[in-house]
Amino acid sequence: MIRLSGVSHQIGGASILNDITADLPRGRLTALIGPNGAGKSTLLRLIGRLEPLQTGSIHIDDLDLARTPSAEIARRMAVLGQQTVIASRLRLSDLVAFGRWPHHQGRPRPQDRAITADALEAFGLTPLAHRFLDEVSGGQAQRAYLAMTFAQDTDWLLLDEPLNNLDMSHARSLMARLSQLVRASGKSVVVVLHEVNYAAAWADHIVALKDGRILAEGAPQDVLTENGLGALYDTPVMVTQHDGRPLVLHHF
Amino acid sequence: MSDAALHIAARPPLGGLRLLTGLASLLAVASALWLFQGLADGNRGFILHLRALKLGTMLVVACGIGVSTVLFQTVAANRVLTPSIMGFDSLYVLLQTSLIASFGIAGFAAVPVVAKFLAEVAVMCALAILLFGSLLGRGSRDIGRTILTGVILGVMFRSASGLMIRLIDPNEFAVVQASTVVSFTRANEALLPVGALLCGIGVAAALWLAPRLDVLALGRDSAVSLGLRHAPMVAATLGLVALLISVSTALVGPLAVFGPAAFFGLIVTGMTHGLVRSHRHALLLPASALIAANILVFGQMLFERVLHQQTALSVVIEFAGGLFFLYLLLKGRVR
Amino acid sequence: MKYALGVMIAALLPLSLASLMTGAASIDIFTAPSDPWALLVLMESRLPRTLAVLLTGAALSVAGMLLQALVRNRFVGPDTVGTSESAALGLLAITFLAPAAPIWIKIAVAAATGLAGTALFVALIRRLPPREIMLVPITGIVLSGVIGAVVTWIAWQADLVQLITTWLMTGEFSGVVAGRYEVLWIAGAAAALAWFAADRFAILSLGDEVATGLGLGTRGVMRLGLVVVSLVSAMVVATVGMIPFIGLVVPNIVSRIMGDNLRQSLPVAAAGGAALLLFCDLIGRLVRYPFEIPVGTVMGFVGAGIFLFLLYRKPAHV
Repeated sequence: MIRLSGVSHQIGGASILNDITADLPRGRLTALIGPNGAGKSTLLRLIGRLEPLQTGSIHIDDLDLARTPSAEIARRMAVLGQQTVIASRLRLSDLVAFGRWPHHQGRPRPQDRAITADALEAFGLTPLAHRFLDEVSGGQAQRAYLAMTFAQDTDWLLLDEPLNNLDMSHARSLMARLSQLVRASGKSVVVVLHEVNYAAAWADHIVALKDGRILAEGAPQDVLTENGLGALYDTPVMVTQHDGRPLVLHHF
Repeated sequence: MSDAALHIAARPPLGGLRLLTGLASLLAVASALWLFQGLADGNRGFILHLRALKLGTMLVVACGIGVSTVLFQTVAANRVLTPSIMGFDSLYVLLQTSLIASFGIAGFAAVPVVAKFLAEVAVMCALAILLFGSLLGRGSRDIGRTILTGVILGVMFRSASGLMIRLIDPNEFAVVQASTVVSFTRANEALLPVGALLCGIGVAAALWLAPRLDVLALGRDSAVSLGLRHAPMVAATLGLVALLISVSTALVGPLAVFGPAAFFGLIVTGMTHGLVRSHRHALLLPASALIAANILVFGQMLFERVLHQQTALSVVIEFAGGLFFLYLLLKGRVR
Repeated sequence: MKYALGVMIAALLPLSLASLMTGAASIDIFTAPSDPWALLVLMESRLPRTLAVLLTGAALSVAGMLLQALVRNRFVGPDTVGTSESAALGLLAITFLAPAAPIWIKIAVAAATGLAGTALFVALIRRLPPREIMLVPITGIVLSGVIGAVVTWIAWQADLVQLITTWLMTGEFSGVVAGRYEVLWIAGAAAALAWFAADRFAILSLGDEVATGLGLGTRGVMRLGLVVVSLVSAMVVATVGMIPFIGLVVPNIVSRIMGDNLRQSLPVAAAGGAALLLFCDLIGRLVRYPFEIPVGTVMGFVGAGIFLFLLYRKPAHV
C-alpha cells in the first residue's frame, strides 16, 4: 500500500497539491483522473520521487520514501514520466536492457537478458530492437520506454499518461497488460489517465483530483457517476453501463 | 501566424520611431565627442582628419554587421545564428588567401586596392549565394544540422587559409595572420569611400525589401503560402549579407577574437530584439545599425581616450556583450 | 559495426609506426636498439610525441562523448563550453601569482578552474527553455568567449599573450619531448576511469527522470563526468594547447555509427580519436617537410571534410 499523509506541493508560490491524505491499495490498478492542472501528474511524480517532497510523508509499503536510498526504491517501484524529446542514440534493445540496471548495476546476468527479451517481445518491439531511439516513431519510442519500465519488474509500477502517442490498438493492449499484471502477477499499478473511459474500463480503484485536492476516491462504480464527473470536469456527462462497467458519454 | 500577420499589418509603433530618434541622437553626441573631445591646438586639421576617417570606418562597419546579422537571422528563421557562426567571414579570409596564393604576395599588393576589393565582393556574393543558399534556402527542417554545417564550414575555411599560407611560405604566416586581426587603427583611406558606398547601397536595398523580409521571417512554409517568391528572395538577402560582411571584413578584419563566434553581431541583434519589440524590418534594420554604431563609437572612445588602451575594445565587446547575451538567453528572450 | 574497435586499433598500429619514423633526423627504428644516437632520438622525442598525440586524441574524444551525454546535446565539445578557457584562466593566474610553482600544482589549479567553468555552463543551460536544443551550444560558445576575454585581458596586462596563444588557439606537438608530456597519462587515466561508469553516463543521457526511476544518483554521475572532462581539458591545455574540433567530431561520428551505448562506444571513440589526431599530426609533419604545420590547423581541415561527409550521408535506417 502506498500511504500519503499530508502531502502538499507548491511551485513558485502557486499551490499545486493541498494536504493530500490517501491510501493507494496494493494489488490493484489505480487510476488518477481529473481536469488539466488538477495536480495528478505532480502527485504521481512525488510518489515516484521525480520531484522532491516538500510537505507531508509518503510510504511505499514499509519504506519511507524520504529516507530510503533511490537505488533501493528502484528495485521496488518503477516510474515512467511523460517523455520529452531525447537526442540519445541508444538502440531500443539497449534502452529496455537498462530496465534491469537497478538489479545488476552494470553486470547483467542471464535472467536479466531473458527478462529484457520478454519485455521487447511483449511490446512488439523485437523486430525494432536494433533500431536507434531517434529513428523510430513517437509511439514506438513510448512503447520502448514502457518496455524498459516493465523490465524493471517491480512490485509497484507508476505511469504518467502512458497512452500518449499510442494508437487505439496499442493503448488497449497496454491497459490489458497492466490489468493482467495486477491479476496474474500480483503487481500494483498507479497510472495517470487523461481519457476517463480507459479508467472506467480497466481501473480497480480511482482517485479523482481537482484543484490539488481529492474530490472522490473508490471503486469505478462509485466515483464515475454523472454528478461526480460533472462536478469534477465542470461539464455535463452521461454515464451508462457497458459489460458491467461504467461508460462515460459526452456527445449529446 | 495570425499574430505575426497582425504585426505586419500594424503601422510602425510610435515607440519604435522614438527609439530610433533616441539612438540617432545618442550617436550624434558620440560622434561629436569623438571628433572634438580634447582636440589639441597644434595640427588640428590632421588629427581631425584621422578621427573622421576612423569614425567613418566604425560607422560603416557597425552598419554592415548590424544589418547583415539581422538579414541573416531572417533568412535562417533563427535568432541565434550569425553570418560569422555560419562561416561568412572565414570565407572572405579564405578568398583573400587564395588570391594571395595565386598572385603571390608581391603580385597581390600590386593590384589596385579598389579594383581588388570590388572583385572580391563580387566573388564573395556569388559564393555565398551558392553555398548558403543551398544550405538555408530550402527551409531545412533540421536546423541543428544546418548550424553544425555552418560551424564546421567556418572551421574548414579558416584552417584551409592557414594551411594554404603555410604551404606557400611557412615564414609569411605571421604577416597574413596579423592582417586578419580586428583593428580600427588600421583604417584604410582608399577603401573607406567605396566601402561606405557599397554599404549604403546594401542598406538601402535591405530597407526597400523590408516588407518582404517581414514575410520571409515567418519561415519558408508560411512565406510561400503568403505568395512570396521564396528562393529569389533568399538569394537576394544572402547576397546583401555577403556584400555587407565583405565590406566590414575588408575594412577591419573578422570581428571575432576566439573561434567562430562573432559576438558583436549576436550582441547587436540581441539588443535590437530586446529593445525593438516588433518584427518589422523597417524598424529592426536601422535600429540594429544604430545600436552597433553606438556600441562601437562609445566603446572605442572609452578605451582610446579614457583608459588609453588601443587594442582592448574587441576583448571588452566579447566580455560585456557575452554577459549581456547570456542574460538574454536565460531570460528566454532569444529564440 | 561490431568490429569498429578492431578496425580502429588496426589503423592505429601503422599510424604509430609511421609517427615513430617521421622526423627531421632520419633514423631506422628497426636498427635503433643497436644505435645509441637513434635510440636517443626515439626515446626522447619520437616516442613521447607519438604517445602524447595518442593520449590527447583518445582523452579529448572520451571527454567530448561524456560531455555530450551529460548535457544531452550533440553540438558541444570540451573546447566549446568554456572548459579550456577556464582552465587557461587558472593556469594564467597561477603562472602570474606563483611562477615557480611545480607543474602539478599548476595543473591542479587549471583542473579546478576548468571544473568551475564547466559547472557554470551546466548551471546556465539548466535554466534554458528545455526544447531549444540549439541554445545549448550557443550558450557554450558565448560563455567560452566571455571567459576567453577575461583571459586575454589579463594576459595583455601581464604581457603573457604568447602563452595563451598556444594554450587556446592551435595546439601542436612539435615541442613534446620526454619529460614534457607525462601528465597526459593522467588525462588518459581519467578517460579510462570514465569507462567503468559508462552505463551510468548512458542512463543519465536519457534524462534525470529516467535516471531517477532506475535509482541512479544523478548528481554523483554528473560530478564524476564533469571532473573527467575538466581534468582532461586542463592537462591538454597545459601541455600541448587546446586541439579544436576533435572532442566534438569524433563522438558525433561514433554515435552516428554505433549509437550511444557508451560501454561499447567509449573505447571506439578513444581509439578513433587517437587515430584521427595521429593521422592529422602526421600530415602536418609530412606535407611541408621539414617544416611543421600545427595539428590544430590540419585537424580543422581534415576533420571538417570527414564530418561534412558523415553529416550528409544517408542514415543507415530510413
